[in-house]
Amino acid sequence: MVIFLAKRAAYMVLTMIAVSILLILLLEVNVGTLPTRVLGPYITQEQAAHWLEAEGYNRPIYVRYFEWIGDMLSGDFGESTRFREPVSDILWDRLGNTGILAFFVFAIMVPLSLGLGILSGMKEGSRMDRSISFLSVVTTSVPEFASAVLLSTIFVFALGWLEGTVGSGSAFNWTQMILPVSVLVLYGFGYIARMMRASMAEVMQSPYIRTAVLKGLPYRRVILRHALRNALIAPFTVIILQINWLLSGVIVVEFFFSYDGFGALLLEAAQNTDIDLIQACAMVAVVVAVGTQTIADIGYTYLNPRIRFT
Amino acid sequence: MTSVPTDPGPADSVIPRRQHPALRSIKAIGLIRESWVGTIGLGIVLFWVLIAVFAPVLAPYDPTQQIGPLLNASPMSCAEPGQRYLNDQGIATTDGSECFWLGGDQLGQDVLSRIIYGAQSVLFFAPLATACAYAVGIAMGLLAGYKRGWIDDVLSRIGDIILSFPVLVLYVVIITAFGPSDLNIVLAVTFASAPGIMRIVRGLVLDLRNRDYVGAAQTRGESSLYIMFVEILPNARGPLIVDACLRLGYTTITLGVLGFLGLGLPPPDPNWGNLIAENREVVFTSPHSTLFPCIAISSLVLGLNMLADGLREVSLKD
Repeated sequence: MVIFLAKRAAYMVLTMIAVSILLILLLEVNVGTLPTRVLGPYITQEQAAHWLEAEGYNRPIYVRYFEWIGDMLSGDFGESTRFREPVSDILWDRLGNTGILAFFVFAIMVPLSLGLGILSGMKEGSRMDRSISFLSVVTTSVPEFASAVLLSTIFVFALGWLEGTVGSGSAFNWTQMILPVSVLVLYGFGYIARMMRASMAEVMQSPYIRTAVLKGLPYRRVILRHALRNALIAPFTVIILQINWLLSGVIVVEFFFSYDGFGALLLEAAQNTDIDLIQACAMVAVVVAVGTQTIADIGYTYLNPRIRFT
Repeated sequence: MTSVPTDPGPADSVIPRRQHPALRSIKAIGLIRESWVGTIGLGIVLFWVLIAVFAPVLAPYDPTQQIGPLLNASPMSCAEPGQRYLNDQGIATTDGSECFWLGGDQLGQDVLSRIIYGAQSVLFFAPLATACAYAVGIAMGLLAGYKRGWIDDVLSRIGDIILSFPVLVLYVVIITAFGPSDLNIVLAVTFASAPGIMRIVRGLVLDLRNRDYVGAAQTRGESSLYIMFVEILPNARGPLIVDACLRLGYTTITLGVLGFLGLGLPPPDPNWGNLIAENREVVFTSPHSTLFPCIAISSLVLGLNMLADGLREVSLKD
C-alpha cells in the first residue's frame, strides 16, 4: 500500500515536471514577438531588445526554467504586467471565487446525475431509461456558451428574473450564481449520468443481484444495499475527473457572466500576453488536474478490492 | 503446410462473396436507417452540409454587407423606405425591400446570411482539424501498439502529459504562444486531440496485433508499414468511425468556444463562435444575434452525437 502510494506520488511529480517543461517550451516559441505584443506594435528594435534584456529573456532557457520553478516553489509567482501586482496577490482570490462556483456545481450536479443514472440503469431499455439517455445526449451537445446564451435569453431578456452579469466586488449574491452554476451543471451532468447508467446496468445483470431478487428481498433494498455499493465505484473516478473538465468550463462561463474567477483571469492574461500570469495560472490548473487524476486513481484502487496494489 | 484442404465443404457457401469496398461502404451507410437516432443525426448533419455547399445561393445577403438602419434589428423586420446610411459605395438609401429574417447584428449585418456562410467555415475547419488530429493520432497509435517496447513507452508518456492538461487551458496557452490564425488553430486541435486518438488506436491495435492474419502477413515478409496500415488499420475502423463522429462534434464545440473567447479564426470570418463573440455585448438587450448562431452550433453537434450513437447501435447489432 505504501509503495503504491509512493509510486503514484512520484508519478504525479514527474508528470508535473514534464508539463512545466512543455509549458515553458510552448511559450518560448514566439518569444521574439513578445515585446511587440506587450509594449504595442510601434516600438523600435532597440526598445524590443532592451525589454527582452530587462525581463531576462536573453539568458538560456534552462536557467530561466530553474529560476521559475524555484520561485514558484517558494511562493513567488512573478509580477503581472496586466495588473501591476504580484501574481500571487490576484491568483488566490480568484481561485477562491472559482472554488465557490465549483462547490455549487458539484453540490447540484453529482446528486442529480447519479440519481438520473441510477433511475435509467435500474431498468435498461425502459421508457425512463430512453428519455434520460436522450436528455443527456441533448444537454452534452449544447456547448457551455450556447446554453449560457439560451438561459440568459430566457431568464434575463424575456422574463427579466435574473441579472445577466455578476457584479464584481459587491456583496455575494445568491441570484447571481444561478445562471453560471446551471450552465455548468447542464453541460456536465450528462456524462456522469451515462457512466452511472452503464455501471448500474452492468451490476443489475450480475448473478448476486438476481440471487437477491430471487430470495425475495424488497426491490428497494436490493437497489440500495446491494446494487448501489458496487455500481458507485466506476462513476467515482468520473466524478473526480470532472474537476479537470470544470477547469475548462469555468473559463467560458466566467468570461460570459463576467465572474471574477480563475478562468476569467487566465483568459485576461492570455489576451494581454501577461506571461508570468499565464504560466502561474496554467501551472495551477495542471497541479489541480494532475492531483485529481492521482486521487481518482488511488481512490478507485482503494474502493475496488478486485484491483490489487502493485 | 502439408495438409491442403481438398474439399472446402459447406463453409464455402457460408462465407459471403467479397464485395467491392466502395459498395460495402455505401451499404454500411444504408444500415444507419435501422437506428432512428442515427437517421435523425445524419439528417441534421446533411442539412448543414447542404447549407454550406449552397451558401451563395441560399444566403439573401452578403455576409459582410452592412445595412445601417437594421442595426440590431429584431427578427423578421424590414427597413423603412427612405432611410439613408453609409456603406462602402457611399451613401445608400433604403427602399423598404431590405428584410432580415433573423434580424441584424451589431454592425447591421444579416444574421441569417452570416450563419449560412458560417456553416462553410465551421464545416471546413472542424473536419480539417479532426482529420489532422486523426492522421497524427492513428500513426502514433499504430506505432505504439504494433512496435511496443520503448516507442510505446515514449509515445504513451508524451500522450499522458498532454492529456493531463485541462484541454481549454492548453488551447489558451498554445494560441497565446502562436497567435490565432487558421493554421495555428488546426495545429492546436491536432496537438490536443491526437494523444486521445492515439490511446484508442493503441488499445485496438493491442487487440488486433495477435490475430492470425497479422501473423500470416508477418510470415509473408510484409513490411511493418504494410501490416500497420493495410492489415490492422482497416480492421480497427468500426470504433474509430464512431469516435470520429463524437470528436468532430467536440472539435466543432472547440472552434466555437475559441471563437467565442476571441482566440479563434480572425474576423471577419463568419464562423459561429465569432458571431457569438461579436454580439456578446448586446446579448442581454437583443439576444437574437447570439441566440441563432448558438442554436446552429448546438444542432450540428447534436446531429453528430446522435449519428455517433446510431452508428454504435448499428455496429453492436452485427
